[in-house]
Amino acid sequence: MLNLKDVSITFNEGTPDEKKALQSVDLELKKGEFVTVIGSNGAGKSTLMNVVSGSLIPDVGEVMIDDKHVVHLPEYKRAGFIGRVFQDPMAGTAPSMTIEENLAMAYSRDKKRKLIPGVTKKRREMYREYLESLNLGLEDRLNARVGLLSGGERQALSLLMATFTEPHILMLDEHTAALDPSRAELITEITADVVKKFELTTLMVTHNMQQALDLGDRLIMMDKGQIIFDVSGEEKQELTIKDLLDEFHRIRGKQIESDRAVLG
Amino acid sequence: MSPILATLLGAFAGFIAGCITGVLHTKGNINALLAGILMMIALYSINLRLMGQPTVSMLNESTLFTQIQSWWVASGFDAFFNNIVLSLGAERFSGTWLVFSVMVILTLMVKVFLDYFLKTEVGLALRATGDNQKMIRSLSANTDGLIIIGIGISNGLVALSGALIGQYGGFANVNMGIGMIVIGLASVIIGEALFGKRTIIIATLAVIGGAIVYRIVVTMALRVDFLDSGDMKLITAVLVIAALVAPRMVQARKEKKRRLRKKAELLQRKEGEVHSA
Ligand SMILES: Nc1ncnc2c1ncn2[C@@H]1O[C@H](COP(=O)(O)OP(=O)(O)OP(=O)(O)O)[C@@H](O)[C@H]1O
Ligand SMILES: [Mg+2]
Repeated sequence: MLNLKDVSITFNEGTPDEKKALQSVDLELKKGEFVTVIGSNGAGKSTLMNVVSGSLIPDVGEVMIDDKHVVHLPEYKRAGFIGRVFQDPMAGTAPSMTIEENLAMAYSRDKKRKLIPGVTKKRREMYREYLESLNLGLEDRLNARVGLLSGGERQALSLLMATFTEPHILMLDEHTAALDPSRAELITEITADVVKKFELTTLMVTHNMQQALDLGDRLIMMDKGQIIFDVSGEEKQELTIKDLLDEFHRIRGKQIESDRAVLG
Repeated sequence: MSPILATLLGAFAGFIAGCITGVLHTKGNINALLAGILMMIALYSINLRLMGQPTVSMLNESTLFTQIQSWWVASGFDAFFNNIVLSLGAERFSGTWLVFSVMVILTLMVKVFLDYFLKTEVGLALRATGDNQKMIRSLSANTDGLIIIGIGISNGLVALSGALIGQYGGFANVNMGIGMIVIGLASVIIGEALFGKRTIIIATLAVIGGAIVYRIVVTMALRVDFLDSGDMKLITAVLVIAALVAPRMVQARKEKKRRLRKKAELLQRKEGEVHSA
């Protein structure tokens, strides 16, 4: 489904600000796999997502989706089969347009946009049904401007917009981080629901370790632009936060020691 | 050449010019305002070349308006309407009214076209490009292409207006577009202040209404004795400032009244409690 081979990207190469954001990353996702991604600030999680979505082009390496090379496919073309939700609730919707217009734009994602009305009676019914599944009462506010919605409502709408066309890959970058705990939980629940319902291949970045353990069937940990830990299946089911932290220190500890050996 | 065809070609030329501005902005990464200004000065020279001289008269040419006028007379409607108008005791149904009716119809056609277009799948994506580019790109819209088409359409409409004004006035002058940006902006701002922009239909209405109100106000202001035509820019500036500031002052006033009312209610309730205690 998704295949990254030897992907590297360095920002500001040759300057004091040089930053190796991804270092020879290999990653393969099977169809329908739900992968959670954790790692400290600056580990390269968002960079990884941006390389997949096409908003960043890697210096070297291959990105394949459905066995097609996509490295040189522009972002907007890849977006036809990649659904995304951003961390910022403002980022995923058009604030001065109505709920139904926003849904209409998401509906056109995997089709060619034409000169036909984006909202018709029939489509409105469909949008309404999708909104009902969120249980937020948004189905009664089809003509409300999205700018008037709360952050949580907007994020739920963004999530719906990113998923209901059943993209081949769903990417969530800390999409619950800007919400209060109860809203975050709600969005987490909705996420689990839609991913299951549409059987989406999903990459989800989170700083919430519990969330990373609860959701999905595989977990990867990133640090300094590398994937340092990768578990799935039963092994992941039995993992605890403490295990994760221990694992991190074990791997990084080793590295620090070997660095010392090299430098010393 | 048929005036209708010439008018349409004029609009199309504007569309192309707009598209080039769009390409400069999106593909050449030139600041939007600068791209527009560059296109404008380039077109000034091109227009001068095409016209051969700064002013071209069309007084003896057949224009869209003379053609409609003659068609109108030939069709027999002229006599028919004149009889009605005369029987109502008014003057004859004059050319001015004919031009007026034609312009109303044309304006409404443009409005209906825009209202429809901005609700189509492409139109929604175009609007979202102005609202949240990152979002609509993540929904697989080619934002560069949309920006180019969007500027193209708006410039096509500008060129259509220019073609009509030229034919109406019976001349074209290379300088006739100067100052138009400010007038257009003033019209939009005034329209938004008066009508709002809750839906697309209201927003396009606001643009039309704003342009009319602007012209009426300027004309009335120029009738005042101590103002003359040189003061037009000053009047425009004052109008725009008023349209920008007035809605906020009205809002602030409402808000203040509301707070005073709340305060009064609270006081009353407290008094009530004291009495009952
Ligand atoms: N466009 C850019 N130009 C320069 N440096 C960048 C750019 N984008 C990211 N970086 C750097 O690359 C590193 C990885 O950034 P990235 O955003 O992928 O981290 P992250 O894992 O998503 O962190 P966070 O948890 O804080 O979101 C950071 O050190 C960041 O400063
Ligand atoms: Mg990040």
